[in-house]
Amino acid sequence: MEAIIRVQDFHAAYGGRTVLKDVTFDVQQGEVLVIAGGSGCGKSTVLKHMIGLYQPAGGRILIDGDDICTAVGRDRERILRKLGVAYQGGAMFGSMTVLENVRLPLEEFTDLADDMMDMIALAKLRLVGLDQAAQRMPAELSGGMLKRAALARAIALDPRIVFLDEPSAGLDPITSADLDQLILNLKRLLNMTFVIVTHELPSIFTVADRVVVLDAAVRTMVALDDPRTLRDGSPNPWVRAFFNRQASETDPEPTPSEVAPDDGRPKAERGDA
Amino acid sequence: MVDKSQPEPGASVELRRDDDEQSVVRLAGRLEAGTLPGVWAKTVEPLRRTTPKRLVVDGSGIEYCDGAGLGLFAELRRILATTGGEMHVTGLAPDLRRLLDLSALEDAAARVLEPEPRPGFVSQVGRATAEILGDVRDIIEFAGEALAGLAWAAVHPHRVRYRDMWIVAEKAGVAGLPVVCLLGLLLGLISAFQAAIPLGKFGAQGWIPAMVAVGMTRELGPLITAILLAGRSGSAFAAEIGTMKVTEELDALVTFGLNPTRYLVIPRVLAALIVTPVLVAFNIMMGIVGGYFVMAGMGYSVRYYAQSIIDSITYVDLLGGVFKTLVFGLLVAAIGCQRGLKTQKGPGAVGDSTTRAVVAGIVLTILADGVLGCVYYYLGL
Repeated sequence: MEAIIRVQDFHAAYGGRTVLKDVTFDVQQGEVLVIAGGSGCGKSTVLKHMIGLYQPAGGRILIDGDDICTAVGRDRERILRKLGVAYQGGAMFGSMTVLENVRLPLEEFTDLADDMMDMIALAKLRLVGLDQAAQRMPAELSGGMLKRAALARAIALDPRIVFLDEPSAGLDPITSADLDQLILNLKRLLNMTFVIVTHELPSIFTVADRVVVLDAAVRTMVALDDPRTLRDGSPNPWVRAFFNRQASETDPEPTPSEVAPDDGRPKAERGDA
Repeated sequence: MVDKSQPEPGASVELRRDDDEQSVVRLAGRLEAGTLPGVWAKTVEPLRRTTPKRLVVDGSGIEYCDGAGLGLFAELRRILATTGGEMHVTGLAPDLRRLLDLSALEDAAARVLEPEPRPGFVSQVGRATAEILGDVRDIIEFAGEALAGLAWAAVHPHRVRYRDMWIVAEKAGVAGLPVVCLLGLLLGLISAFQAAIPLGKFGAQGWIPAMVAVGMTRELGPLITAILLAGRSGSAFAAEIGTMKVTEELDALVTFGLNPTRYLVIPRVLAALIVTPVLVAFNIMMGIVGGYFVMAGMGYSVRYYAQSIIDSITYVDLLGGVFKTLVFGLLVAAIGCQRGLKTQKGPGAVGDSTTRAVVAGIVLTILADGVLGCVYYYLGL
């Protein structure tokens, strides 16, 4: 296995405010890497930097050896051709049918004949179980269908790396499980590499080879390993709590003897009321 | 259900000042939204003045306390936190103690509640100026990108999204035709009618056709059409592109390696360049028709009216009007797209972009009209 993505000393900042610092990890060819962490810890930020939408405040992101942050023009286009991205809300173009959406990357980047592009797009839609909805407009689809359509569009060009932003958020359990199976199939059959942002534990345990865990409190990554290892043996208690789905602070029931104490101060200090 | 046999539910409060250092508040009854104002006035107001070092809150008499009551505890704690005092709560029922522990603000968080000082006049002016300069920079940057995009379209005509262009042209052009015609008709009618009375005093009503024709072709037609275009299409461009930005569709385009300027802006600008001259032509024509109604009312023949118009307009007037039209169309469409691309996050963002697209479109149109008027004057057109 070789690293297809290298994130090195990555720093991210919005308007001078540091969001993440010192993030370093590799993604191996053919693995499913999940970026996990609590809400607002910068999961999507890492993803958006990895696909070149934002410039990092520091560090490098290498895709197949090329720095996506500094590439311009044809170099950048060549890197982007290796990537497929499915956005959180689908981001399907509203003025086109689902089929046309999936066809769009093929139109822009290949010289295939019209009927070939139609068949390829339809095959990808069939893969995600949406071939029946090919001629419908995105506005007519449900949230779950939009996410699946976005995945079909992301894999239209058979990219080497697929980025998924919260693919199963808001899906019912069955559709979500189907999506997990689809990811595993694509990984096995087409040797695609996946980078997935999610905090859905069942999904993580099903698909992830390794998980990068980000913590908003320290604004950096706090763990990188197999999810089961992290759940059972992470030295970081927050990470263990995350993978075991425990509440952040256990709230003990007060015992009768604890009823009176006030602000934890000894009785003598308290005013006589 | 309220049990009527019970006494009126209420809260009582007693504030006692032991010495300079310590005050005691005794709360009893029901602490809820209905009783809070009274309790608040009797505790918070005096404590703000006396600022004791230590406050003891005796809650043993509290029968019921909801979120509103918790607000009172939070405020008391905040007062003590800001003056560096301590607060002790005693005698609370176990459940209420737990509720208070779960929701009580930490001292640090309580301090944050202090409102940020309002920026002074100078910094407000500075901020506004910086914002305007930033806007100007954005627009100049975008103008460069849009021109580069147009040049790209001229070099690669086969890669322009013609389908999108025709859809936009239909929406902005064909669908806008009725209202453009109606406005033209009314403008011609009104300007002829307004001119009829003063010109009549000098017996110069015969000049009305010339006035209507020249006024509509050189000035009113292009201007009114551009304003209408800003309201109908500039706003639509901003809303469409702004929504695409909010739903990450623009990000998706970028990751497909597609340039939003080429992909979204160029078809819209080209469509505007195609439809505005046509719309203006209809507007001017209907204006001239409108002017005729007034002339007919005063007994002039169609023949006279038509001949006066043909005599009064030159090709220079027509071409000058068409050129203006193209400039206005370009400005309105481009600023609409630019505002859309600059849409911020949040539910009101698309609305803001739309408003700014219309306002900026109209302002730029009138500015350009003034500049072109001067240029035409010095060129002797």
